[in-house]
Amino acid sequence: MAAPPPPAEPGRFGRYAVTVVFLTPALLLLGAWMAYPVVYTVIRSFFGQTGYLGHWVGFDNYKTLFVPFTLSNPLLNAIKNNLIWVAVVPAFVTAIGLIFAVLTERVRWAVAFKLVVFLPMAISALATGVTWRIMYQQDPSLGAVNALVRSIRDAVTPPGVLQDASPSTPALQGSPQTGLTLKTLLHPGSVARLGLTAIPPDAVPSSAKQAAQPASKSGDIVGVVWRDFKPGGGKPGVVEKGEQGLPGVSVQLKSSDGKVVKTAKSGADGSFDFSNMPQGSYQAAIGASSFAKPFAGWGWLGPNLITWSLIIAYIWIWAGFAMVVIAAGLSAMPRDVLEAARTDGATELQVFRRVTVPLLAPVLSVVFITMIINVLKIFDLVFALAPQSSQTDANVIALAMWRVAFGGQNDFGTGSAIAVFLFLLVIPVLALNIRRFRRDV
Amino acid sequence: MAAAAPAIEVPAPRDTVAAKVLRGVAKAPLQIFLAALGLLWLVPTFGLFITSILPVQSVASEGWWQFFTHPSRVTWSNYDALFHNSGLTDALKTTAYIAVGNTLLIVVIGAMAGYAFAWLDFPGRDWLFIGVIGLLVVPIQMALIPMFKLYDIFGIFDTVIGIILFHAAFGLPFAIFLLRNFFIGLPKDILESARIDGANEFIIFLRLILPLGLPAIASLAIFQFLWTWNDLLVALVFGQNVQPITVWIAGQLREFGTSIDIIAPASFISLIVPLLVFLAFQRYFVQGLLAGSVK
Repeated sequence: MAAPPPPAEPGRFGRYAVTVVFLTPALLLLGAWMAYPVVYTVIRSFFGQTGYLGHWVGFDNYKTLFVPFTLSNPLLNAIKNNLIWVAVVPAFVTAIGLIFAVLTERVRWAVAFKLVVFLPMAISALATGVTWRIMYQQDPSLGAVNALVRSIRDAVTPPGVLQDASPSTPALQGSPQTGLTLKTLLHPGSVARLGLTAIPPDAVPSSAKQAAQPASKSGDIVGVVWRDFKPGGGKPGVVEKGEQGLPGVSVQLKSSDGKVVKTAKSGADGSFDFSNMPQGSYQAAIGASSFAKPFAGWGWLGPNLITWSLIIAYIWIWAGFAMVVIAAGLSAMPRDVLEAARTDGATELQVFRRVTVPLLAPVLSVVFITMIINVLKIFDLVFALAPQSSQTDANVIALAMWRVAFGGQNDFGTGSAIAVFLFLLVIPVLALNIRRFRRDV
Repeated sequence: MAAAAPAIEVPAPRDTVAAKVLRGVAKAPLQIFLAALGLLWLVPTFGLFITSILPVQSVASEGWWQFFTHPSRVTWSNYDALFHNSGLTDALKTTAYIAVGNTLLIVVIGAMAGYAFAWLDFPGRDWLFIGVIGLLVVPIQMALIPMFKLYDIFGIFDTVIGIILFHAAFGLPFAIFLLRNFFIGLPKDILESARIDGANEFIIFLRLILPLGLPAIASLAIFQFLWTWNDLLVALVFGQNVQPITVWIAGQLREFGTSIDIIAPASFISLIVPLLVFLAFQRYFVQGLLAGSVK
């Protein structure tokens, strides 16, 4: 740093000289790196693909954003995705931040909670992308998100005992997808033999025992579900030594009009028993649910879900920001107003809706607007989290600009047009900022 | 908050132990809910850390949470290998140069400009400041193409200094905005009396403004440090052989599954530095955040 000049009473000229010294470095940087590029990029957007300027093409570069007007146009798809982001994220982030801020006010360890939720803000979008790629892996035994989905699904509808099987005799008809039905009509006292084959040895449940030889019981319909196969073959339709029962298969008993009247689970030896059946003829069937495939995992990183997966990760990052800003607004709120409302008998929910939210409105709108700008400019999370194969589907305006200009196409004309388009989208916010400043001054 | 001091002291009802316990129980569902949410928020980062200390075969065959049942699989060999990988160590150095260099530059230039906008009188000051506010929202994309060409001409493409200057320029509007607003709130009489005592502007700036403005300067410095440490886009465009850690990791992403033993620990290393900085200075960080978004 330069040695301070002697403290002479500066004249008018001296004061301006001081101003120049203080401002020049900043103005140089702002001029060369921001003002000049803005002007250049706007001009450049009307010229062709290559060269310092290229040739004049008018609005052609802008047309590529919207023509052809279908989602197969990657640029239009990027705009559509950005619209989804703008429609979903600011509202969610603000709402979640508000809820977190209000709830944490009521616990003593609010500081710890805020710290934990705020942490993702300090992490680069790239590290966040890597983190969530690990979370989103499709195989439920690798990706934590799908593991969670699987455990919920398994609790609601357990997966089938068997994934695939075929009937061992033509008496059993249908397919695993539709369920298998025994053609033979059953009456109380009958025996049903439901033999299945084409089951790989390691798909047989580990609790399986030697299949039972069902014995007729008067008044009951009994039967067995078993793997009608043993090393060397065996006779189809006959329960033999060395053939295993299939436990846990849900067997349905249907009345003559096809309605399921009873279901039973087969035991470890494959046996089942419908006791005390009224007279009539019935059919036994194995429902399709016994063959339900286990959950293979949702393709969070695939082309259909990718934008939503990105949005979840993005909310994970920014909820802390909204919470902290809104919490600061809350703590600056006049407590006596809240207390007055409570003394007047308002419930907590009424206080929240009628007092807290209206008083917080300015803070909420600041968070909301900040999030709109952030979301319009989103680039690096999409770049890092969406795998190469999904980037076209996950594309957003800022990423599209990079891809067109630097990601291999080197199209500086279209790249400039996309940048200007993005700039136009944030200009309303710019106007808002300036208005706020002029009001304050 | 200070304004809410009650005119009449109402003696607070004395809490019995039973009342305290009762209130605690009534809050239990909320406590449990928030605790669960907090844990949920930690899961992804924790998963990254666990993945980074598991051998690659184990990561490919089972979820990281299986580590709870087989804690013996934990290995530091991924980290060991990384610190012998010159690609990563170079990238870390580059990242540090960029982050520290940019932070210093922007603090100096931003403070000077902030002081000028706050305390020096010159024609067109407000208009110029409105211009600076206008630049706050300019997307980085607007400058990529022209600066890419200029950097080529001036030979600062693929240099640390080029990347620093770009960051400094795009960080300046926020820096000026933040510091000007802080400086303008400093007590006017201190400055006036210093001027009457014959101190010139440089001395006032160095001896008064900088020490008094330290809280805002600290916020700004932390913001800039985190911002540049975590940047991907600028370094991606203006660096080629000069790669900060984000760009270096991004280069490995194509082989995500097979290079996970590099990607996961490198990502964790890249996030631990800003995390520690944030934890150490979170008060300043939050102040800067609030000053930037709520006025």
